[in-house]
Parts: sequence; C-alpha cells; structure tokens
Amino acid sequence: MSTFWSLWIIIGSLIVVFGCAWLLRMVLVDTMGEEGKEMPHSFDGIVEMNNPLPKWWTIMFAISIVWGLGYFALYGLANYAGPQQWQSANKHVYSLAESKAAVIAARDAGAVVQYDVEMDSADAVYGATYANYASKSVEELVKDPEAIKVGQRLFIQNCAQCHGSDARGQRGFPNLTDSDWLYGGSFDKIKESIMQGRVATGMMAWKDALGGDQGVEEVVTYVQSLSGRKVNAKMAAAGKAKFGLCMACHGTDGTGNEMMGAPNLTDKVWLYGGSKAAITDSVANGRTGVMPAWSEILGNDKVHVISAYVYSLSNK
Amino acid sequence: MFKKLNHELVEKNAGLLAVLSIVAISFGTLVEITPQLFLAETNTPMKNMKPITALEFEGRDIYIREGCVNCHSQMIRPFRHETERYGHYSLAGESVWDHPFLWGSKRTGPDLARVGGRYSDAWHEAHMIDPRAVVPESNMPGFPWLAENVLTGEQTAAKLSLFKDNFDVPYTDADIAGAQEAVKGKTELEALIAYLQSLGTNLK
Repeated sequence: MSTFWSLWIIIGSLIVVFGCAWLLRMVLVDTMGEEGKEMPHSFDGIVEMNNPLPKWWTIMFAISIVWGLGYFALYGLANYAGPQQWQSANKHVYSLAESKAAVIAARDAGAVVQYDVEMDSADAVYGATYANYASKSVEELVKDPEAIKVGQRLFIQNCAQCHGSDARGQRGFPNLTDSDWLYGGSFDKIKESIMQGRVATGMMAWKDALGGDQGVEEVVTYVQSLSGRKVNAKMAAAGKAKFGLCMACHGTDGTGNEMMGAPNLTDKVWLYGGSKAAITDSVANGRTGVMPAWSEILGNDKVHVISAYVYSLSNK
Repeated sequence: MFKKLNHELVEKNAGLLAVLSIVAISFGTLVEITPQLFLAETNTPMKNMKPITALEFEGRDIYIREGCVNCHSQMIRPFRHETERYGHYSLAGESVWDHPFLWGSKRTGPDLARVGGRYSDAWHEAHMIDPRAVVPESNMPGFPWLAENVLTGEQTAAKLSLFKDNFDVPYTDADIAGAQEAVKGKTELEALIAYLQSLGTNLK
C-alpha cells in the first residue's frame, strides 16, 4: 500500500477514535447545569430536564475507545503491521503458486496469518489420521470400521450430490454399490477415477453415421437383444450388421471396454435407462458422462479413504 | 479545546446538523472503501486471467436476472470451515472484471465461487430443470424454462464492448465480432451452465 493511502487510513481511523474521546470528554465537562433541574430552553412550553449520560454507559464507551486503540496497536493498521504482523489471510496473491509461496514466506517472516494458523492447527489434529489411512492398503482399510466411516462422511459431503447419499447413483450417474464398473472396479482404478476424473468422449451422436432413424432403430434392437430381450429377429440381424461401428469401444460381443469407459451392453445395468426410447436417445444423440477430478480439491489422502469406502460397497 | 459544547447551535440549525451528520458518518466510507478503489492489490487481475466468453457472459446475465445471487454467494472467506467445502478462499484479483460483483451475502444454497468443474454439465442440466431429481433434500426452485428459451445474441457484442471500453476487460475485436455467433441458438440453460463452469477457474 502506498504511503499516502496508509496515512489516509491511519489518520482517518485515529480521527474517529480520538473524536469520540473528545466528544465524550466535552459531554462530561459541560453538564449544562445540575442533574434533575430544568434546562434553560423551552419549545412551545415544553421544557427539558437535565439528564447526564449514565455512568455505566460512559465507562463502557471509554473502555471501547481504549479497546480500539489497543486493537490498532496489536493487530496493525494500514502499513503499520503490529508486533505479530497479523493478517487474516495472505495478500498480494494472484495465482495458486503465489498463494502457496505466500504461506511459506509469512511463516519464514514470523508473521501471524490467521487462516494459515487455523489450517496448521487442523493439520496437526487431523493430518496424521489421514496420512495414516493413506499409508494403508485397501485390504487393511476395509477392515477398519473407523476408516470406512471417515470415507463415508467425505463421500456424503462431496460425492452424494451425483451418486446419492447411499451411493446407488441415479440416471446418468453410476451406481457404485454393484459390481458393474465403467472404468474398472479395482481399488487403484476407483482411486484413479476420483483423482483424475473421467470424461466419456466416445459416445457421440451416431444417427447420421447409422443412416438415420431406420439405422438407429436396427442397432437399438440388436443392443436390446444382447441383454436377452425378445426382439424382432430381422431387425436385430440388420442391426448386428451395423454394430461394427460400435465394436471399437463396446467390443465385438458388446461386453464393453473399461479402458474407454464403454459400458457392457449385455447386462441389465443401464446408466441412461434400458428402455427402447432411452437406448435410442443414447445412440442417436450420444452421451457425455463427466466425472470431475478431485485431486486438487481433496488431495491424495482424503481421496484414498473415499476410494476405500467406495471399494468396500461392492466388496463386502 | 472548547470549554462548552455548543450543541444548542447544532440542534437549532437543521442545515448545520445535516452537514455535521454527513461528515461524521462519512469517515467509515472514506477509510474503509475509498482506498480500495485505488489500491493495486484490489485492482490487479489474476495471473493469466481470461475474461468470460460471450456465452458465459450471457449466462452471467441470466444468473443476475433469475436472482441466483439472492441465495448463492460467490465469496469464500478465509476460514477452514469454508475452504474445506468450497476450495481456496476468494482473492481480490478474481473479481476485478466482475461488474457488478456477485459476491452476495446470503447462503440459502451453497457458495458458488468455485463451482466450476465441480459437477458435470449433465448434472447441472438435470439439477436446474428439477433440483430434487438429483438432490432430494434440495429446496432450490427449478428453472425449467431456461432449457426452452433460446438466445438470439443480438446484444452480446454490445455488452462485451461495454465491458471492454468501461472496465478495461481485455476482449479482443475477434471476441466481440464473434460474440453473436457464439451465443445464437444456444439455450439460456446452456449459457448459465457455461457460466457456472467458469466460476473460480481463474485461480491456477
């Protein structure tokens, strides 16, 4: 802050505090006559009794003035930093890297940054717990009811908005309690999905490539037949001929590919609905499922515990 | 200083009373707000900050129109109980191109300062049309008409120019020339979701 604005703030603040002190003193010095007596003015015959400021109020006002000055002295005012160089949070921060650097710089300078102090003390209490969980394998974690509970809490806080508080998901957002996994159900794959997120780009709109509505209907009929539903055999055969386009991701037999997040079409699990209309919508217009990345937001240790919780749901 | 406090003079003179009252109450503004208008730390944008795109800009106007700010703040304060949930506390540099700023002061719903990238577009779409469809406990109203209203983009270029000329937001001529094209035919819902996905992403 420039010297001008620093002085502006300091002088302005002190004028207010000392102005209040002056006013209080003047009111005490000039009592305008005796208490309880009439004052020498009247308005339309209405007179005023002299009633000085109550003592308790005056003392409180005086204390607040002293308190204010003490606050300036201890916590700083504009460019005067005070004995602890106190700040609520780091200033002059214009990127994530600068934010991280500012924490270290403040610590090295011995400054008290309230937010950093709060984070440090929380880390002292909880950091070891999370680090301990993060150092354990999933086999150990699923046997530790405390760890699973912690994972569940974090899940409800961060994941339930899409996957539901019971993790059973909903249309468009996968059920995490079954054994059907788009990107793999091993602990490492679950953790990877949470840390880095997932973006399903493969399922584009196929209507034109399949030759319009007729082609879409044929393919949909074939896809329905894969999960054992009774369909028009002729239509399904025509669809099978066109299924070659789908094989790159869903495989020759339609069982999907976890490398690409392509779902298995032969089971009874349908992320976007298994009705003919829903499948038609998926094929004709495409789907883009997105799982946000959480590594920057939650960090490795918390994601590790959440992953263990999610893993435990389908591996009892 | 003075022996007597001549407040009879002030009390009997309405004009003087008004002037002195204004002087007394203006100190707070002069000390707390005036310097912020000129200080470098409150007027410097984030490193590599990108202005919101034409579509996001229209989404922001819909955010304002629908009164989202009445229930959602965009201001994460530097407290652990906020940053654990919402992410890094808000920085002054993130708001320098936000006119009017949408910090808000009411949190019936969660803070949205860093909602960008937190949910998928599909989630936002389902949530905006019927919040209870994805979050059963939600008390947010649905905004289904946003999915039906289609933007023409007639005003978009003028809006971007206005921000460029008056608030030094670095839109290029190409941004302004292509503004209508970028917006035209998109639904209001798409614009709003684009705006939400941009929130808080300038802290890199």
